[in-house]
Parts: sequence; structure tokens; C-alpha cells
Amino acid sequence: MTANTSEGATTAARVAANGLPTPERGGTSVVLQDLSRFFGATRALDGLSIEMAPGELVALLGPSGCGKTTALRIVAGFETADAGSVLVDGKDISRVPASRRDMGMVFQSYSLFPNMSALDNVGFGLRMRKVGTGSRRKKAAELLEMVGLGPQSAQYPHQLSGGQQQRVALARALAIEPRVLLLDEPLSALDAKVRLQLREQIRTLQQRLGTTTLFVTHDQEEALSMADRVGVMSKGKLEQIAAPDELYADPATAFVAEFVGVMNRLPGDLDSGDRVTVLGTSVPARSGSQAAELAGQPVDVLVRPEGLRLEVVENGNGIVTTRTFLGSVTRVGVLLDGDIALQVDKASSEAAALPPGASVSVTLPPEPVHVAARKATA
Amino acid sequence: MASVVAREAAGGIAPPRRRAPSSGVGAGTIFRWVVLIVTAVYFLLPLWAALRFAGISAFGSVIGESGFTSSLALSVRLAIITTVITIALMLPTTVYVHLRLPRLRRLMEGITILPIVIPPVVLIVGVLAIAPGFLKGTSLLLSLLYVILAMPFAYRALDAGLRALDLKTIVEASNSLGAGWLSTLWRVILPNLRTAMLSATVLTVAMVLGEFTMASLDLYQTFPVWIYVNSQTSGQVSVAASLLALFVTWVVLLIITMIGTRSSRKRGGGTVTLFTVARQETRGD
Repeated sequence: MTANTSEGATTAARVAANGLPTPERGGTSVVLQDLSRFFGATRALDGLSIEMAPGELVALLGPSGCGKTTALRIVAGFETADAGSVLVDGKDISRVPASRRDMGMVFQSYSLFPNMSALDNVGFGLRMRKVGTGSRRKKAAELLEMVGLGPQSAQYPHQLSGGQQQRVALARALAIEPRVLLLDEPLSALDAKVRLQLREQIRTLQQRLGTTTLFVTHDQEEALSMADRVGVMSKGKLEQIAAPDELYADPATAFVAEFVGVMNRLPGDLDSGDRVTVLGTSVPARSGSQAAELAGQPVDVLVRPEGLRLEVVENGNGIVTTRTFLGSVTRVGVLLDGDIALQVDKASSEAAALPPGASVSVTLPPEPVHVAARKATA
Repeated sequence: MASVVAREAAGGIAPPRRRAPSSGVGAGTIFRWVVLIVTAVYFLLPLWAALRFAGISAFGSVIGESGFTSSLALSVRLAIITTVITIALMLPTTVYVHLRLPRLRRLMEGITILPIVIPPVVLIVGVLAIAPGFLKGTSLLLSLLYVILAMPFAYRALDAGLRALDLKTIVEASNSLGAGWLSTLWRVILPNLRTAMLSATVLTVAMVLGEFTMASLDLYQTFPVWIYVNSQTSGQVSVAASLLALFVTWVVLLIITMIGTRSSRKRGGGTVTLFTVARQETRGD
């Protein structure tokens, strides 16, 4: 508690001396240790553990109700974990109230104070830290400039667009030079163009300031494009946490494989050992895909659209149903024998030869594939 | 029409043409005017009759009438004390229920409506029978009873104000920026509830200034009681005082509403009405 108060004073001193926030030397490490939280009989968090390195941006990604927001709110101090703890720079802050955690937060809904101008909103946290009026207004103005809203400093929240409000909220959260920045789906209420601009702005600022950031989103594109590491959650548990490219290329579980990116499911037969036969080809199962545990059960093979080969042949094993132009590649929809729908990516230059109705052959290269228990069909 | 043609000729885009007004007045319009006139007559006729009965000269003698100043002062004092106690009790309660016990909101609505359902005479008789002795001899007892009577109005005004805010989010935002509960209440919640508190104040003051039953049974000569007593001896002065009170109350309500609306509009809110506060809107882009 005392430590936090003195840190607040240090922040004030830094602000008064410098103006713009400066990266903290070494940054702040955050550890979520075995967090569990129940809401009645519902288990919102089930032993969640994450370690965040100083200056790192970690995104928590998952479907609605997976517990990601609960985890963020526990870190912020708005919820209390039933078990587990949150460590900031090695100190357990589980019992520290939200107002003393020194964490900046940007909320999903517009959270600006309606009775204050943009400038006063940004300066609010500094006012709470007893920063003098002159320094406070100077710094608030600089932060508004930083998010590109200098001319709007005198405007009230209702006079700003949604995107502008979230930028003011970001400036407000950064003004206190938080040890940790928490972002609770801050872009979800914005339209696509503004969302893209703001997400680039957030990432640039976060890297420039070196603030350790926890970002919650259900939008995988946002998570993969912004985060150093992405934690995929399901039913209160962390399925996998990894760098975006690793998460995409080497998913740890079937849930991650299907949640991140586009994934095809093909029925396969497990051979003895770690091989599976699919589309008439025997391919190795990836290590970690639990092929051994699935022995004797019907299985599906998980393959990404770019992991399949597609050739035009007469009397092939499938028919082209759709073509979607995505720029350099075109996503081709194929219906295989047995009513199995697939998506296959082809270079757009080659996709012209694949009109809907064309007979094609879909094959798998002999590379390791993910194997999962077969999904029950309706 | 000529200007539209001129704009088109100049290369401008003509705005969508308005439908030409129909030659006859619609039945709906006639009905609306009839309702308006009947309602106006219903409200204004008694006032006009009272004004005619009292005569203009009676207004001059109201102030000099015995008991006028003391009864008005008592009513104003009761109004101030009642308003302060009502706001002090209802504001934290309503905020707490909204933030922490939202499931109790329906129960609160039910409880706060009770003073309207229970006749004031029942309340005052019951309270006088059980009130502690040190309260019976003071006007504070009357104020405490008025707090109960004001509860339905004050709760609804504050509730409407809180519903217009995303209270949970702004409180959490304030906390995350380092504000404790008192700072959050003082700097964030109260300024955003100014309009709602104004509405609650107006309703409470109006209620206290007009309350008769409890005051007369508790043997206090408040302004309404004085008007009634005076009517026994000087009907014209009494009616003039009633009209004066009505006019002054109306002007006070109008001023408060106008000030509230101006302050609310500056911050993106809507017109101040007594039970509703327009939600803040954000530009759509």
C-alpha cells in the first residue's frame, strides 16, 4: 500500500519534470497465478496462469464467456479471485484496491466522464495524484496531441465520435503512466476503418512507451496483429499461449486450431503408431495432437486451407462450389465425396482455372497433421 | 418554389420537395386542438375564477396579513430541511443499489411507492402515537415525515438520472485512475446527477410547500394551513395568497428547469423534466 502511494508520487514527479510519459526502465512484470473464479455454479476461471514479461503485450482471445474479461477485471481489481493471486513485479496485489493498483484501463463501452471536457478527462488521473494544474493541463494536452486529438481538447464526450472517445480514453489511461495497461475490448464498438486505425495507434504507443499491456478481445485478427503473445482461452482455461505465428502454425489443441484462423476437418483413420490415413494418403500425426489417446476412436484431421493441394482432374474426388477472391490468394470451396465441405487456398493466378462446378482432386502433402476426436454431426 | 428552381438552374441539387400542404385541416388536428382547449379550460377556469373572486387589491394586503411571514418561513425551513435529508439519504442509497444491488431495484421501487399508497393521515396519526417525546415538540418530526412523503418523487428522479449514466463503467474508470469512493462520488457521480438532484429538489420543495394534512394534524401553521385558517376570516386574501403561492412555485420550477436544461445540454444531455433525464448520445461516426 505504502509502496503504491510512493509510486504515485514518483509518477507525479516524472510527469512534472518531463511532460510526456517515458518508458519505465525494465518495465513491469505481471504474473497471473492459478486464478479461479466462480459465479454461482459457473466456473468462469479455472486455474488460469500467465506470465507477462516487462513491456509485453499479451492478448487474451476466446469466445464469449470463456473468462477472459473476468481475468482482466481480477488484474484491474474490480473482481476478486476465489483462488490464486496476481503478482506485479513479484508483489502480490490481490488485496490492493483498484484505485491503488496504478493500472490504466480502457473499457469496451465509452467510459469518459460526461461532465468533463476531453482535456479534463485526460487530466483526471493526474488530479487524483495531486499533480499541479499547470503540469496536469500541459501533460493532458500533450497526450491528446499524441493520440491526434489536440484540437478537440475542449470538447465534451457527446461532441466526439466513438473512435475519438476511445482515443481520449487511451490518452487518459496512459496519462497516469500506469505500470500495466488493461484493454477490455476497446475497439469492439467501433466501425472497421476506425478500428484498424486505432489498433495500429495503440500498438505503436504501447511499443513506444514500453507499457506492459493485457488486451482482451474476441477478434482474432486484432489479437494476432497486435500482441506479442496470444493466450487462447476456453471455458475458463488457457488452451495455449504463444506468439501469433506459432499459434497459427502449431496449435496445441484442436480448439486452438479451429478457433484461430480457418481450419478444415476431414475424417481420417488412425493407423497403428502415429500415422493417420486421410484422402487415401497416410500422413504422420503431429506430436502433441494426442493421437495415441484417440486410438480406436473415429478421428478428424485438421488442415488449413493452404495445407491442401488442389488440381483440376476429370472424375476427381470433389467439385468446386465457390471462389472467394482474397487478393494474392483465392479461397476455393470444394465439396468432397461424402458431402464434406472444404476450403482450399490457391494462388489467384491459378484459381481462374477453377470455376464452380469443375471436377477437382484434393490431396494432402505428406506433412504432419493435427488429429482430433471426430465431431458429432447433426 | 422559385428558389428551388433557381438552385436547380444554378447547378445545385434540389432538396427533397415537401409534400404540398393539404387544403383542408385534418380531423386529427381538430381533435388535438379540442383536447388542448378543454384541458386548458379545465385548469385555467378555476384560476381565473379565483383571481376574479380575490380581486387585484387583495394581493397587496396578503403580505401584511398576520401569520403570513411566519407560516411562509416555516414552510420554507421545512422544505430546506426535508430536501437536505431526502437527498442525503436517497442519493447514496440509490447509487449503492444501482452499483451493488441492481436486483433490489424493483423492491426499492415498490417500497418507495408506499407513501403514495398509504394516506398521510394514517402516517401522521401512527407516528404521533409512537414518536419519541423529544421529537414531538419540534418541527423536525414534520420534516422527517415529509422525507417519507418525498421518497417516491426523489427516488424516481434520482433513479432516472442514474439509468441515463453507464454508472458501473464510469465508477470503475474513476477507480482505475486512482480515485477513491469519496472522490468518485464528488467529482464524477454528483456532477453527472446534477439534473436528477435538481428534479428531486424541485419535487420535494413543491410537495412540502403544498402539504396540508400532516402539518395541520401536528398543529403546525405552515403556509397551506395558514391559507386554510385565513380563509375562515378573509376569503379574498386567502385565495390571493393561494394564487401567489402557486405563481411563485411555478416560476421557481420554471427557473430550475431552464437552468437544468441549459447545463444539461452543454454536456450532451436533453431537456430536464422531472422524472426523466435524456441519455447522453454519441456522434455516430
